[in-house]
Amino acid sequence: MREVELLVIGSGPAGLCAAISAATSGAKVLVLERSFKPGGQLIKQTHMFFGSESQYASHRGVDIADILLEKVDEFGDRIELMLNATAVGFYEDNVVTVLKDEKEYFKIKARSVVCATGAYEKSLAFPNNDLPGIYGAGAVQTLMNVYGVRPGNRVLMVGAGNIGVIVSYQLMQAGIEVVAVLDAAPRIGAYLVHASKLARMGVPILTSHTVKEAIGADCLEAAVVCEVDERFRPIPGTEKRYDVDVMCISVGLSPLNELLAMRGAVMKYVPQLSGSVPLRTNSLETSIPGVFVAGDASGIEEASSAMAEGYLAGLCAAASLGHVPPDLNDRKLEYMSQLDGLRSGPVGERIRAGMRNSKL
Amino acid sequence: MRITQHPILTFERGKEVNFTFNGAPMKGYEGETIAAALHAAGVKVLGKSSELHRPRGFYCAIGNCASCQMIVDGEPNVRTCITLIKEGMKVETQEGKGVIK
Repeated sequence: MREVELLVIGSGPAGLCAAISAATSGAKVLVLERSFKPGGQLIKQTHMFFGSESQYASHRGVDIADILLEKVDEFGDRIELMLNATAVGFYEDNVVTVLKDEKEYFKIKARSVVCATGAYEKSLAFPNNDLPGIYGAGAVQTLMNVYGVRPGNRVLMVGAGNIGVIVSYQLMQAGIEVVAVLDAAPRIGAYLVHASKLARMGVPILTSHTVKEAIGADCLEAAVVCEVDERFRPIPGTEKRYDVDVMCISVGLSPLNELLAMRGAVMKYVPQLSGSVPLRTNSLETSIPGVFVAGDASGIEEASSAMAEGYLAGLCAAASLGHVPPDLNDRKLEYMSQLDGLRSGPVGERIRAGMRNSKL
Repeated sequence: MRITQHPILTFERGKEVNFTFNGAPMKGYEGETIAAALHAAGVKVLGKSSELHRPRGFYCAIGNCASCQMIVDGEPNVRTCITLIKEGMKVETQEGKGVIK
């Protein structure tokens, strides 16, 4: 069994920042990534980030991944990045079982762990929602932005939050028609700047609408949508049919953190953070000493806060292993204040409530 | 079904690779996943569900949801959305859970 000082699970924005931060303090880090490509969901994000300079605002996500991976390279002697390696179990003695290349199965014992396993896209219940052609919006983003493959010819986007609206715009950039964006909520959830871009291109954004059913034999051929009332009940007689070969589902994400639940960390359902999350301290340590969480695995936010959480968790995990930099407290306070900034204002109220509900 | 012109991205496709889908010859590019290569070739149905035999395509494209599992070189349950296509690969649709030999 291999023994490592710090194990980071996941190489998205949170995982990479945790690794960089811990290595800066002098820790030796192994990063596990289940895909063949590091960077998590940054690699498909062609839009420019908001936020502040410390989280690379005004850079495109795909470029941020490159910046972070360059930093990881600079720590070549301290950070090892293992690709095609899925953590499949996490046990009492901090043993993590790993499946590599779908063939090799082995154990890693870690003195400290940062779980940065991200999130997955939620589905939506309606008849025939399992037809090929109905995909997660993020999945379609991967297909077109990473592989340059057209998902189809005519797209219906379900969900007018930031992901739904941004992916709709990116579909149009790739020359694909978006027939409409709909959302069950009475208001557009996305930032106005993104929604306006889409509206200017003539894409209708239908609020208080939902999908009634999907139609198709082997693949999606059409979608029937309808209006909903203030209690989200379909209004009969308001049905509209769209002939589409792709439907993107963008109705939110759920934290992926089964490994922490398996390890025995105290979990709690926190609706403001979009699912079951581990309780944690201000240093992002879970109820298990030496086991930390960062990024969407701790609650759904966005890449900027994932990076700040990664830096904080990596710093604190390294410190728990004895790698205490002279400016530990200043750096901790700096990352915490960056997070406070990202969660400030009326938009951040939900997240702030989630944070209060998940304190250890 | 490939994007050739894009205002922001350039797609550097790798070497062309030949593979088969249910016995039929197909072409893809090195560096892309099996699911991406199939989608580019117009193949959306990757398998059938175990109980109702309904068609299955990919859903999450990040190796999480298991909707894209196929039989690759005789091995079932391969997550084709995060497995790279390789020269000579034999890719087949999977019915249900697949049989591990």
